[in-house]
Amino acid sequence: MSEYYFRTSELSVGYNGRPLIHDIEICVRAGEILTLIGPNGSGKSTILKSITKHLAAIRGDSFIADASVGAMSYKELSRRLAVVLTERIKGELLTCWDVVATGRYPYTNSLGLLSGKDRDKVRAAMERVHAADLAERDFTAISDGQRQRILLARAICQEPEIIVLDEPTSFLDIRHKLELLTILRTMAKEKGITVIMSLHEIDLAQKISDKIMCVHGDVIEHFGTPDEIFRPEIINDLYGITEGTYNITFGSVELPRPAGEPKTFVISGCGSGVVLFRRLQKENTPFYAGILYRNDVDWQVAQNLAAEVVAEDPFMPISDGTYQRALALMRQCETVLCAGVPIGETNRRIADLIEAARSMGLLQEE
Amino acid sequence: MNQAVPDSAAARRARYAAVFIGLLAAFAALTVWNINSGSVHISVADIARIIFLHQGDDTQMGIIWKLRLPRIVASAVLGGGLALSGFLMQTFFGNPIAGPFVLGISSGSKLFVALTMIVALRYISFVSSWMMVAAAFVGALIAMGFVLLAARSIRQMSMLLVAGIMISYICSAVTEFLITFAKDSDIVNLHTWSQGSFSGTKWADVRFFTLTILICFLVVFLLSKPIGAYQMGEAYAQSMGVNVKRFRVVLILMSSLIAGCVTAFAGPISFVGIAVPHLIKMLLKTARPILVIPASFLGGGVFCMFCDYIARTAFAPVELSISTVTALFGAPVVIAMLIRRHGGRM
Repeated sequence: MSEYYFRTSELSVGYNGRPLIHDIEICVRAGEILTLIGPNGSGKSTILKSITKHLAAIRGDSFIADASVGAMSYKELSRRLAVVLTERIKGELLTCWDVVATGRYPYTNSLGLLSGKDRDKVRAAMERVHAADLAERDFTAISDGQRQRILLARAICQEPEIIVLDEPTSFLDIRHKLELLTILRTMAKEKGITVIMSLHEIDLAQKISDKIMCVHGDVIEHFGTPDEIFRPEIINDLYGITEGTYNITFGSVELPRPAGEPKTFVISGCGSGVVLFRRLQKENTPFYAGILYRNDVDWQVAQNLAAEVVAEDPFMPISDGTYQRALALMRQCETVLCAGVPIGETNRRIADLIEAARSMGLLQEE
Repeated sequence: MNQAVPDSAAARRARYAAVFIGLLAAFAALTVWNINSGSVHISVADIARIIFLHQGDDTQMGIIWKLRLPRIVASAVLGGGLALSGFLMQTFFGNPIAGPFVLGISSGSKLFVALTMIVALRYISFVSSWMMVAAAFVGALIAMGFVLLAARSIRQMSMLLVAGIMISYICSAVTEFLITFAKDSDIVNLHTWSQGSFSGTKWADVRFFTLTILICFLVVFLLSKPIGAYQMGEAYAQSMGVNVKRFRVVLILMSSLIAGCVTAFAGPISFVGIAVPHLIKMLLKTARPILVIPASFLGGGVFCMFCDYIARTAFAPVELSISTVTALFGAPVVIAMLIRRHGGRM
C-alpha cells in the first residue's frame, strides 16, 4: 500500500464526455483534511462528484487505499466513503433520527431494519455532532446549522474511512461554521478519517486544512500545504482579485486602498493605527503611514491599506534614509494624525517626527 | 420551548399497529358488507351456507360464487395493486401526484388491451388472461417511455403531469376510435371495461391476476430498503450503496407491470394510486416503505371495495363506472394534499 490513503491518477472530470478539468493528481494521507478552494463555477463540485462516483470520470481514476473507485461497486464504496451533499434530502415525514439512521444502510439486513447495535451507532453519531436533542424533530423544521450537523451525523454513522463534503459551511453563521469544522478536525485527527471538502471561506480553509487544492481553469495549478498555497499572488490570481488584497498573515482579504494623492500622514505603532487605518479606508481617504517596524501589526494592515508605508527593520534604530523619507511625505500632506506610539531606545526619532509635524502646524493628536 | 411534542417510539409503534388493525377490520367489514348487498337479497344464513358448505339455491349460489365473490376479490387485489403502482411511481418521480392514471400509463395499457382484444377476437376468436396482461404491460411500458422522454426534456414536475394527461387523452381517443369500429358483440364489454369496472370478473382471471399482483407485492415489499434510500434522492441513494441506474429500471418495470395488470382486468381507474398512498402516509405519519407498502396495498383494496360497493348499489340497477366513484372520493384528497403542501412551505 502506498503511503497515501486517497489519490487520483490522471483524473479528468466533466460532463457528457467533455473534460472540464484534466489530469488531476492529488494525494492525501489517512486522517488528513484536503480542501478545494476556488471561485464559483470553477468545478469544485464536479471534482467532488467524480471522486464520489456520482459522476463518471472521463479519464483516469481515484484510489481509496489503492483500490480503484471506478472498479468498486456502489455497495463497497458506501462502506468506505460517506458524503454530505449540497442537494436537499427529499424524503417526506422524516425525523432527524430517521435521516441519521439512513447512514446505517450499508450495514442493515435486507429489509433495512436497525439492530440494537445500529441504534447505538446512530445515537453516538448524533451525540458527536451535539444533536442528540434533535432526534425526534421533523427534519424539514430545523435550522440550516442543525441540518448540516444532522447530515454530518448521517455520514459519520456510515462509518466511513473518508468523508466528502460539498460546501458544508454555506448558509451557516460563523458559530456554526466553527462548530462544524471543529467536529471535522476532531474526527480526522482522532479517528483517522480522511476529509475531502470544498470551502468558500479561504480564511477557514487555511486554518483547518492539511492540503489545499486550487480549482481554477482546466488544470490544477496549485496543490500543496496551506503554507505553500496561501500566498498573496496565488490567492489573488486564483480568485482574480483585482480590487482589494489578500493578507497572508491574517488569512483575510482587504478592500482596495483609497485612490488619489494622499493628504494625510498617520504616525502609529504597536497596533494603535489599525482602527485609524480602517476608518480612513471607510472614509475613502488616501493616506501615508510611518514610521512602522516590519514586525508591527500596524505594518501588516498598512501594507494593504496605505498608499505608502515608511518602514524600518525590526529592532533597529531608525535610519536617516527612513526618517528623511517620512519627513518628505509628511511635507506633502495637510494633516498628520498621531495615534500614539510608545517611544523607546531604538525608535527615538519618531519623537522627532512628531515634533516636526507640530512645528509645521499639521499635527492632530488622536 | 418546542411546542410540538414529538412522538415517542412506543407511541409510534402503537400508531402503526392501530392503522394496520383498522385497515384489516375495514377489509373484513367491507367483505361481509359487499357479499350481503346487491339487487337480489340473500340472507346472511344463506350466504354462510353457500360459502362454507356450498349448499343452497342454484341461482343464489351463482350470484354469490360467480358474481359477488370474484368481484370482491378483484376490487381488493386490483385496488391494492393500483395503490402499490402509484406509490412506486411517486417514488420514482419524487412527486406525490404521480400515478398510473395521471401519467397516462393506464390509458396506454387500455389502448393495447383493446387492440389485442379486437385483433385476437377477430382472428383467433379468444383472448387469454396472459395475452391481456402482456398487452397491458407493453402498453404501460410504451406510455411510460413517452413520459420518461418528456421528463428528460422537461425538468418541471407539473409539466410532466401535463405530458402524462396528454398521452392519456391520445390513448383514450385511439381506443374509442377502435371500439367504434369493433364488432358489435365486443363493444358492450369493451365499452364498460374501458371506463373502468370490476364487474364480470371470472375466476380464471381472478386466479391469474391475484397470483401476478401478489408476486409483485412480495417483490416490491422486499425492495423496501432500496426504495427507502431512493426516497432521499438519487445522489444520497447512490452514496448508500444503491445501484441507482439498475434500481430505476426495476422501479419502472414493476410499476408498469402492476399498472398494466390492473388495467387489463379492470380498465383504467382514477385517483386510487395517488390518494391511497397519501392517506396511508398521513395515517402512519411516516413514509417508510416497509410500512407504507403493505398498508397501501391493504388500503387500496379497502378503498376500491368501498368504491365498488357504491358504484354498484348507489343507483342500482344502474351501475356507475368505478372511476366515477374513486374520483369522487380520491380527487378531494389530492386537492387537499396540494393545498397543504403549497401552504406549508415552498
